[in-house]
Amino acid sequence: MSNEVKTYRKPLRIDPEFKNLVLKMPGGETLKICFQCGTCTSSCPIAQIIDTYRPNQLMRLAQFGLKDKVLSSKTIWLCAACATCVDRCPQGVEMASVLRVLKNLAVKEGCVPRVFKDFGSAILKTGFVYNIPKTRTKKREDAGLPPLSKTKIEDIKKLAEKTGFIDTIKGEESDDRQ
Amino acid sequence: MTDNKYAFFIGCLIPYRELAYEISARRIAKKLGIKLITMPDANCCGLPIDPVNHEMSIALAARNLCIAEDMGLNIITLCNGCFATLTKTNKQLKKDRELRQRVNKYLADISLEFKGSIEVKHFIEILAEDVGIEKLSELVTKPFNDLKVAEHYGCHFLRPHKYLETENPENPTVLTKLIELTGATVVDYLDESECCGGTVLGIDPNIPLSLARDKLKNIKEAGAEAIITICPNCHMIYDLNQPRIEKTFSETYGLPVLHYPQLLGLAMGITPEELALDELRVKADKVLSRLVEEIKVKH
Repeated sequence: MSNEVKTYRKPLRIDPEFKNLVLKMPGGETLKICFQCGTCTSSCPIAQIIDTYRPNQLMRLAQFGLKDKVLSSKTIWLCAACATCVDRCPQGVEMASVLRVLKNLAVKEGCVPRVFKDFGSAILKTGFVYNIPKTRTKKREDAGLPPLSKTKIEDIKKLAEKTGFIDTIKGEESDDRQ
Repeated sequence: MTDNKYAFFIGCLIPYRELAYEISARRIAKKLGIKLITMPDANCCGLPIDPVNHEMSIALAARNLCIAEDMGLNIITLCNGCFATLTKTNKQLKKDRELRQRVNKYLADISLEFKGSIEVKHFIEILAEDVGIEKLSELVTKPFNDLKVAEHYGCHFLRPHKYLETENPENPTVLTKLIELTGATVVDYLDESECCGGTVLGIDPNIPLSLARDKLKNIKEAGAEAIITICPNCHMIYDLNQPRIEKTFSETYGLPVLHYPQLLGLAMGITPEELALDELRVKADKVLSRLVEEIKVKH
């Protein structure tokens, strides 16, 4: 079926509980109703240019319980969350949310692409994912724009602790996923 | 809720890279008497980190919603990404009690509580619905003549439709109407609803560049002379990265990409300087040359 399966050299390990884990997470509920029509893949702008990205195959692998294969897959990170598949799915599978659940689970296995660590540390420093350089704030002033608000960083840190975000961005970097 | 007064959620990309969008939108707001109140203490909308930690993403979105609730104002945003995240979170928190309890537990630690008393709107919705096409048309004093443009809505203004409930994502009309009132003509092109790919720029920059190249090619082939966007992310991909795309694929496009408020402002007779047109990477001289010289008399 998939290139990925054919070239996989280690024995495939099936985790029968994996699909239940996904189904229990907010956003993962619709995994079980995917019936492999392929509408998502044929609607997907990323799949048009990346041959190895086939969202319907990722759904099947997750349904079958091929946990390691799915969570270590580089392609789950390619979803742009445009949600075209969500709007077109005849079964009502919330593909973008299911993929997000898979990515959130991959993080717990230690797979975090570098860009998210950068975003994370910026959020904990400024409240936003970009540090606005001084030249830009100067430009704002010159253009007569009101100054940007300052974020109460203690609040953001508290939320990051409560939601486990601190651990999310602390884990080992996985540059091979870039 | 006070009319014409909104909690203005600027987000991060606009102050970082797309200042012209804010400048032109504020200029239009001033002209229309819309008051944009800066949200004190706002934070990231939550979208960029959703792939790695959904709980933190909704907690960040909810914190912004609480700040606007305290201000007693609806949120207005210029960015599709912020719009989609804040709208979806707001609607889900209002509907889903279990989720609300969970999120309020996070928020309790920072003395906030989601109450569900406000709404989130995109600037474009305010223009089309609250101000109205008719009123805007009356303010057009310097319409465009013989200018063909391509529209790009951007995914997160429309999808997922189930949560955003804006327009039919397969056949949206609001931006078309807003563009046409300036006198410009909207041309159809292949794969109009295709995503800019901006959200995966940090994972693999080749993806958005390839997608943008297809988009520019299709737009050029359809005979459009400019692109109109309503999202800073899409704008960054098509305008700021256009020279990079031209270089990578050894092609020339020279397609100016205007933020919608810039197009509208020009047609209202506001000067290019006031609308920060010089901030654009691809110069829009061709667009400016299509403005009708004399002020059209309205009956």
